[in-house]
Amino acid sequence: MKPRNLLFLIFMLVGTSIKAQNLNDLLAEESTDGPQPVEALFKATRVINGHSVRQLKKGELDYRISHRFGRVNSGAYEFFGLDQSNVHFSLEYGLLDRLMVGIGRGTYEKTIDAFVRYNIANQQRGKGAFPLTISYLSTIEAIGLKWSDPSRTNYFSSRFSFMQQLLIARKFSKMTIQLMPTFVHRNLVPTEMDQNDLLAIGVAGRYKLANRLALTGEYYYVVRPIPQRTTQKMYNPLSFGFDIETGGHVFQIMLTNSQGMREGGFIGKTTGSWMKGDIHLGFNISRVFTLNSKKK
Amino acid sequence: MKNKIVWLTLCLASFLTATAQNRYFTKTGHIGFYSHTSIEDINAINDQVTSFFDIATGEMVFSVLGRSFQFAKPLMQEHFNENYMESEKFPKASFEGKIADLKTCDFTNSGKYPVKVAGKLTIHGVTKDIEAAGNLTIDKDKITGESVFPINPEDYGIRIPSVVRQNIAESMKVTVQMNYQLYTAKK
Repeated sequence: MKPRNLLFLIFMLVGTSIKAQNLNDLLAEESTDGPQPVEALFKATRVINGHSVRQLKKGELDYRISHRFGRVNSGAYEFFGLDQSNVHFSLEYGLLDRLMVGIGRGTYEKTIDAFVRYNIANQQRGKGAFPLTISYLSTIEAIGLKWSDPSRTNYFSSRFSFMQQLLIARKFSKMTIQLMPTFVHRNLVPTEMDQNDLLAIGVAGRYKLANRLALTGEYYYVVRPIPQRTTQKMYNPLSFGFDIETGGHVFQIMLTNSQGMREGGFIGKTTGSWMKGDIHLGFNISRVFTLNSKKK
Repeated sequence: MKNKIVWLTLCLASFLTATAQNRYFTKTGHIGFYSHTSIEDINAINDQVTSFFDIATGEMVFSVLGRSFQFAKPLMQEHFNENYMESEKFPKASFEGKIADLKTCDFTNSGKYPVKVAGKLTIHGVTKDIEAAGNLTIDKDKITGESVFPINPEDYGIRIPSVVRQNIAESMKVTVQMNYQLYTAKK
């Protein structure tokens, strides 16, 4: 072939190849996406007892009712625990998209509690995505029970306990894993043998079984450097549950060895043992109301 | 010598037709949908629709991320992606079609032209043939495409549980508005 013929052929080819680039290829080229947020790591603001990274958005009000029955091994007289119950109510609100607060009341130890939670970072997908959702949680809790020993000097401050926690989570398709490094401080503990400060590391997970159904689990390993010498042996809280979602409600049903539904209670004071059958059936109901919708 | 000129002219001509400016595009097109029931109204808007439109052939393509739809209530938005669109599995919805009556549009004259678009709409991994009427508004080098048409989510395999059946309309009103600009290929 003569060189000029070849040249023409090349031009033709280049020309047609540009023309042949169809609209769909152009579309794919132009719609390359930046990082997108990963949503719904958890369906409710609690995994089971403890917090999840699920944040209330600005203007969302969450009304929660939690219930724990007695121990299933308490026998037929107690109707396998169903005769007894502990209740916790709370109202929680999203002040900002990243900042939520809540107050609550529990019958277990007659507590009043409050928390502040700040969402530091969110997991993303796509190019240059941030891999984790991270939140910081701070809680305060006051026990309202009458003093066990009124004859001694009892300080008001002795009623309080505090918790600081980091929530670090990542969603892998249907599975979400969360780690919770935790620090609990109790102003007053029952005996000298008990520690005022507790370190714990929690791990929680959620596995999505269907669009509105998920399996959840939660465990806290509480670091107790001194061998326990108190009469009441403490266990690490372990819980399993299901999340069932219907519209604005999330219904959580669970089995757990802890009676408390607040960090001060279940991290430091879980007295039930799974091995001995000290298991509580329980449920949480969450109802989210959107108080101020974004104006569009 | 004469031959050479002919060849060169031909080469140039083939190149020019190839890069002819007949393609329009947008990355900020609007697609919204509206569901009305006596219980609640659901309204969602997406301002990040990518679309190409070839005025020579009448071909149109659209691509839209499920996650870029904005709802008034954050919980609605989450349910939309998690429970209905399953955006994890099917991140995009797309349309590929053609303007059937392209001849009625005069792209050199500003004005509003009613058109019919037919093609394949893919939502939730399900592709259906669809036809919609719309308007093309031509204003110099800008073209605006508009259309309103109904879709039934259940046609696209989106299951709506009976507890919320009363809250979500059987048929939703989809609104499309695209402000096209001339597309120049990236170097």
